[in-house]
Order: sequence, then C-alpha cells, then structure tokens
Amino acid sequence: MLEAVDLQCVRGERALFSGLGFRLRGGELLRIAGANGSGKTSLLRIVCGLLAPTLGEIRWRGEDIHGLREEFWSQLVYIGHSNAIKDDLTAAENLKITCTLAGSSASGEWIGAALRRLGLAGCESLPTRVLSQGQRRRVALARLALAEAVPLWILDEPFTALDAAAVECVQELVAQHLARGAAVVYATHYEAQIASAVSLRIDLGAPAG
Amino acid sequence: MLATLRCVIHRDLLLAMRQRSDVLTVLLFFVIVVSLFPLGVGPEPGLLRTIAPGVIWVAALLASMLALNRVFAADHADGTLEQMLLSATPLGLVVAAKVAAHWLVSGLPLVLLAPVLALQFDLPQAYFGVLVLSLLLGTPVLSLIGAIGAALTLGLRGGGALLALLVLPLYVPVLIIGAGAVEAMASGVGAQAHLLLLAAFLVVAAAFAPWVAAVALRISLE
Repeated sequence: MLEAVDLQCVRGERALFSGLGFRLRGGELLRIAGANGSGKTSLLRIVCGLLAPTLGEIRWRGEDIHGLREEFWSQLVYIGHSNAIKDDLTAAENLKITCTLAGSSASGEWIGAALRRLGLAGCESLPTRVLSQGQRRRVALARLALAEAVPLWILDEPFTALDAAAVECVQELVAQHLARGAAVVYATHYEAQIASAVSLRIDLGAPAG
Repeated sequence: MLATLRCVIHRDLLLAMRQRSDVLTVLLFFVIVVSLFPLGVGPEPGLLRTIAPGVIWVAALLASMLALNRVFAADHADGTLEQMLLSATPLGLVVAAKVAAHWLVSGLPLVLLAPVLALQFDLPQAYFGVLVLSLLLGTPVLSLIGAIGAALTLGLRGGGALLALLVLPLYVPVLIIGAGAVEAMASGVGAQAHLLLLAAFLVVAAAFAPWVAAVALRISLE
C-alpha cells in the first residue's frame, strides 16, 4: 500500500537519514523509533507529503504521492505533534471541524460517541482552553475513532501527555484499525503494546556529530 | 467540498466572535486614524473634503494590513494549518474560504463605517455611494493580496514588518484607483471607469491569489 523508496532528508545541511526505504501493506504497523532530533517527525511529514524529501519518493498504491495530492490526503489521517485544536472552540466543535476538513462528515451523535470513547464524557461542550494537556490530546485523538474507513493513519507521538487509560484506549483503537486491514505508521519513544500481525520498526540513528 | 468551505468560513467567523477584542482593535484603529486627520489638518472644509477619500482609503489599507497576520498565524501555531494542507479539499479553496471569512470580519465593517467617518470631513452625501462601492470592491482585493504576503511571511521572525514592506507596494494600484473614484465623480467625469477597474482587480485577485497563497503556505510549512 505505502512504499518509501530511497528517502533522504537533509535539514539545515545535516543529513538526518538517507537511503531509507520501507514497504507497508494493509494490516501492518510501522513504528519509527529514535532519539530526539533523529528525524522521526521529519520522516512522518515526508510520508504525509507535508515535507518534500531531498531524494527519493513515497508511493501510495504504486503512485507517487506528489502526483496524487488530494486523492492521497483524503485517505490519510495525520495527527501531528500539535493537536490542531482551537482553544476558543468546544471539544465537539473542534472535532467536527477537523473531520469536515478531512472530507468526512460526522454527525453530532458520532462525535459525542468518539469523545466518550476517549474518556471525555462531560467535556463535549467545554471550550478546550479549560481542558488539561492530556485532555486536549484526547480531543485530537478522538478523530481516530471517527476515521475507521481511512486506510492510513500517521501518528506523531500519539501517547504524549496521555494517562494509562487513554494510552490503552488509543492502542486498542490502533489494533482494531489494523485488524480492519488498514496501515498505521507512528513515531514514539513509548514502548506501546499494540496487537498486530505484522509489526515493522525503523530505528533512526542518533544524529551524527 | 462546499461543506468544507462552509465549515472553514463558519469556523473563522465563530472564532472571531469568541475573540471579539481582536476584531474591535482593527475597527477602532481605523476610526482613530481617520479621526486624527481633521484634528491635525485643521477645520478647513474645502481641504477636508478634498482629502477625505484618500484618508479613508489609506486608513482602510493600514487597518486591513494590521489584521493580516491573523489570517494564518493562529492556525499555524496550533497545527490546524497542517491539517488544512492535508485536507481532501484543494488548499487554494480552503485559503479562499479563509480570506472570505477574514474580509467579512475585518473588511466589511470598514466599508460600513466609512460613510460615518466621511461625515467628519464634510464629504457631500451624494458621494457616499461611490465611496462605499469603491471600498466594497477594493477591500477584498486588499485581503486577497495580503493573504499571499501573510502566507509568505508565516513563521518568520519580524514577520509583521516584513509583511508590510511586501504587501504595501502591491496595494498602491488599488489605493490609486479606489481613492480616485470619488475624486473622479467630484470632477464630473463619473466614477464608472474606476469602479470597473476595481472590479477587474477583484476578479483577477480572487482567481489567482488563493492559489498563490496556497503555494506559499506549502513552502512556509516545509
């Protein structure tokens, strides 16, 4: 499904990685590990198409993603470092907007269910500015519960700021998604326990110098 | 696709409603800058009448520039912009929706306020129509051009000043034609040519600026 060919990424005259490649089929999980500054986020951004690799290309079902653009992005959920939620909007409004932007419409009922699943019952109509860091992360991740039909999830440090219960919930969401035959790429320091038939791992080396 | 655009406009308007102070700052800035001129120039009715359209236009231009860095900055800071870049809707359309919302919040109120402020300059009421119409056609062009500048300077240190240097020269044609509309009417030539030119600016800017801004955003976020 997803294929990376001979990727090289140079940030500020420093090569983060080169000659990196992988091939991910449906139902497979790819974990990107590595120290701070080893290029995990850069790699994920390259896979999304937010960042152009210095060399190499990403292929989605055999085609270069830079040709596919919106067609690829409509089949992708990316949850980055930042939560992409607005302090002045409520959790439910935030979730609805991210879903609509991604091209899927979600009814209020579904949004409520997704938020409850992430343990945010009762917070739906609070402005997110009053929520804690972990709760905000949960609002961002609640999108996963609404993205069951999306065949590729890309998660950047999904477990930051989450408590044990939420970590478990996210792991479960990912495992269920893999069981549906979708592919998941994630970067984390945390040793996650995700049930998966095939689990790949890329270790990005420590930065040279 | 339309749902996305409606959603983006609705969201930006909702955010503006919940952060009213930001919007009011721009409006008050406009009111104060325009009001400074009669105080500074002195109560000479003939002179005031002559400078009125120019002063209102320059103030509108500065006010809309003041509001510009808000177009993308907040979305950039909290990561929403990344999601917009990865949206299933072409980014140019999302940018167009954002600019439209931005204009509704920071351009349209200026247009509506302009006749009230023109009273301070003793501008004959017969010219109010042309003044409002020229601003109505011109301020969206300012927002559209400004969006390109805002996208280019996103995330740069000292972006605000750079934005002004980048965008103000591009505003000059709009300023000349816009402020000229009322003067043309006063001189008896009629404002039609000016208004048509402004409309042409608007059509060209609306067709191209969102896509240029979209490309600039992709470069800024790399």
